[in-house]
Amino acid sequence: MSDDERRADELIELAITQDEVEQAPLQPGVPPPPSMHFASRFGGVSGVIAPLITTLIAFLMGGLVVALTGKNPLKVYHAIWNGTGLNWFFHIGNHSARVPFSTTHMWFPWDTSSVAAQNLQQTLLLTTPIILTGLAVAFAFRCGMFNIGGQGQYFAGTIFAVWLGTSFGGLSPWVHVPLVLVVGALAGAVYAGIAGLLKATVGAHEVISTIMLNWISIWVGSYLFGQGGPLQGSQPSIPISNDIVDGAKLPVIWGLKLLQGLSIGIFIAVAILVVYWLIINRTTLGYEVRAVGFNPEAARYGGISVARNYFLAMAISGAFAGLGGALDITGWEYRIGENDIHANTIGFIGLAAALLGRNTALGVGTASLLFGALINGTSGRQLDPSIFRPDLAGNLTTIIQGLVILFVGLNVGGVWLWLKRRRGA
Amino acid sequence: MAVAPLLELRGITKRFPGVLANDKVDFDLRSSEVHALLGENGAGKSTLMNILYGLYTPDEGQILLRGEPIELGSTKAAIEHGIGMVHQHFMLIPVMTVAENIVLATEPRRNGVLLDFDAARKRVQELSNRYGLLVDPDARVDRITVGQQQRVEILKALYRGAEILILDEPTAVLTPQEAKELFEILRSLKSQGKSIIFISHKLNEVLEIADRITTLRRGVVVDTIPASGATEESLARMMVGREVLLRVDKKPAHPGDPLLQVEDLVVFDDRGLEAVRGLSLSVRGGEILGLAGVDANGQTELIDAIAGLRAVRSGRVIVDGHDLTDAHAKDALDAGIGHIPEDRHRRGLVLPFTLAENLALHAYRKPPNSERGFLNLRAIFARARRLLKEFDVRGGTPSTPAAALSGGNQQKVVLAREIDGDPKVLIAAQPTRGLDVGAIEFVHRRLVEQRDAGRAILLVSLELEEILSLSDRILVIYEGRIVGEFPPTATEEELGFAMTGGGRDREAAA
Ligand SMILES: Nc1ncnc2c1ncn2[C@@H]1O[C@H](COP(=O)(O)OP(=O)(O)OP(=O)(O)O)[C@@H](O)[C@H]1O
Ligand SMILES: [Mg+2]
Repeated sequence: MSDDERRADELIELAITQDEVEQAPLQPGVPPPPSMHFASRFGGVSGVIAPLITTLIAFLMGGLVVALTGKNPLKVYHAIWNGTGLNWFFHIGNHSARVPFSTTHMWFPWDTSSVAAQNLQQTLLLTTPIILTGLAVAFAFRCGMFNIGGQGQYFAGTIFAVWLGTSFGGLSPWVHVPLVLVVGALAGAVYAGIAGLLKATVGAHEVISTIMLNWISIWVGSYLFGQGGPLQGSQPSIPISNDIVDGAKLPVIWGLKLLQGLSIGIFIAVAILVVYWLIINRTTLGYEVRAVGFNPEAARYGGISVARNYFLAMAISGAFAGLGGALDITGWEYRIGENDIHANTIGFIGLAAALLGRNTALGVGTASLLFGALINGTSGRQLDPSIFRPDLAGNLTTIIQGLVILFVGLNVGGVWLWLKRRRGA
Repeated sequence: MAVAPLLELRGITKRFPGVLANDKVDFDLRSSEVHALLGENGAGKSTLMNILYGLYTPDEGQILLRGEPIELGSTKAAIEHGIGMVHQHFMLIPVMTVAENIVLATEPRRNGVLLDFDAARKRVQELSNRYGLLVDPDARVDRITVGQQQRVEILKALYRGAEILILDEPTAVLTPQEAKELFEILRSLKSQGKSIIFISHKLNEVLEIADRITTLRRGVVVDTIPASGATEESLARMMVGREVLLRVDKKPAHPGDPLLQVEDLVVFDDRGLEAVRGLSLSVRGGEILGLAGVDANGQTELIDAIAGLRAVRSGRVIVDGHDLTDAHAKDALDAGIGHIPEDRHRRGLVLPFTLAENLALHAYRKPPNSERGFLNLRAIFARARRLLKEFDVRGGTPSTPAAALSGGNQQKVVLAREIDGDPKVLIAAQPTRGLDVGAIEFVHRRLVEQRDAGRAILLVSLELEEILSLSDRILVIYEGRIVGEFPPTATEEELGFAMTGGGRDREAAA
């Protein structure tokens, strides 16, 4: 092997060890105990396999619940699968598709207007904010903090997006859209920054402060969009904001705007995944954040300001979640009501995605798609009542999501791998 | 024919990814003997013992107890076979009492469900009297000393019926006095029929306590010999495979200007008590100043204050003419302070980080390792490869996590990083703790090299031997003050007397 080849190999290896190595779940900042070093040496493999096993076990137990209701789990899962739209990829044929931002059509292997296509659009719309709230958890986690405040930070972005999106009627979309997105992200950053600042200065635990900030955001939102609130729409007695102006809406590239087609939001989310990976693995900031996350005392000894990194990591986390809120508003929701504020749990789904995805870019992206698909596939709109009761279907998602969090917390997949390896070793 | 051994390991092989940790190891233990296991860092001693304790399953080989083959799939099985182990890092629950910790998982019960603490305490007391392992059964574990915690671990093993006791580097964490007490305990255990496997890097201890000695080198047994007739030199040679200099070979110092000056320094400890009480010292370029003292007499706080890791209450720290009092760690680094911290796991290394990342812990900020906020992995890797080679770090490439290295190699990584930073002042705190003789020789040689390159070296160590052999000048610290200065020709007795405050009492009496 030449020197250059070896170097390239090592670079790849480095990327893997940095990004995919075991992130001890639910224990930010604590270096793995000696007994786990064994496992972490297999980081590259168990980093993928353990979450897979975790998911599998969660689905099996979900299936058990379905069976308890007297329905056939296989049929139910099949129906959910079809509802996610992911089956779209498996129907290849001779079709044509419109090239985005133009009127020309060209040959395409998939039917872009089938029911499955519409389902897939919904799944991807849902995946977008989950990726971002997931990253909000993941980034803070890398710095040794548990950010439960993704929901509040998402609302901060939502609120500013609605406010700015419903104002400035005549503004060019080239200015308006970026303005809304940037301010949404900033709002999230400032909001999370409060928790970061409290942690950095007086040592207030971020779990407590972010939970409190969640509640504050919910009630502030409730007031703003509620009856007589300053952002309530022009229709009196309906506690919903106005629609944002057309110039603030993201371009829809697939499907119809009126039918909640897919906006470019998903591409922004994927781009942010790349940004996340870059920050974590390729910048001095990411280096510092990870050092603080793994061992704050060693970081301090290395001349790294622990307090500054706590603040920055929290603010960046908040920016991700805030952007998620802004993307939802500008991408398909266009408005928000008091009820939505109380019903929305995207921040917590992001938490599950980050845990399952082990705080890596690829992991969070994949887990977000899983949860996005699951939520869409089990929504009452999609599921045939004769196969499974729609009102229970949504709960199935919650069950699977809860089991995933529980299992990741207990590291069920990891334990399973470990036991197997010990036996076999 | 000799009596069949109590325990026999035959052809034990254990592989880790990329490492053959044990290679067809044969080892036996007779009843009522202390059998020492020697070997360089990473030779596979802990691995072998973890296999014996059921923590790892061997890839090949057989374990026989009293001639019968046994299966050790878990620690539970090992305990049932009467094998107990005291790890180097204790596994006690800090908030529970001594008695509670000892009976944990095997608590005596009253009426089937209720814990019978009186019975537990009584049995602990019995055991402790029988073997001379004095502890207070009602004390909370986080309130007792490390030496006492170790006794609790030993008691725990005995309580569970251990006939064979494995001690992995038990003295690494003990003060010399505590080590002496431990040896008394081991002798008493031996006289009552227990068999002991003892791992240590300190050759004099091994010679003092062991009946037989087995040496491992890179996973292979070199030889098993009786302790009588062996010398430190012969053991070192057996371990490392070459002649080892147990004494430091150095030329006379040529001290230059003072590079580190500490004046009337006052520093508080974590509890807010004065730990450094108006201490002054000065280290000149080209000399090694040894700071001798009993543990917890202000050494840690002094180092922290110099390195910018702890607030200074009053007094001054001056490095090469620049006032560094109360500077940040980063400023201290920039001013040219290198610092080999006393606890390499807590501070010296980010264990999950790769070696390349750990080696970059100070240098990542500077070009060529990073530019405009972006890391230059090529440069970081190239530097790591160079340093790993230069400092002979074994068992890892730049992308190996630091946690996977043996202790000696981890220390070499820290050393490489600090020396490569080109410091003016190098603080070396316990630089050879837990290292094998070969690695100690290596570290000592590097420190002398740095001295000869004109750096000021402040050596802080609890090992008098190390202080005496390495230093050009020795200061003794006691209760946060310097209580005496000695030449390197001083005897251990003289230093020991001063370290316990003897010198000061004498002054007071005069
Ligand atoms: N859990 C593990 N996973 C992978 N490699 C390991 C593991 N434990 C030990 N090793 C490797 O096996 C070899 C032997 O390690 P071991 O801990 O047994 O050495 P040791 O003789 O106890 O050294 P020391 O004196 O430093 O404690 C080393 O190269 C080490 O890096
Ligand atoms: Mg060991």
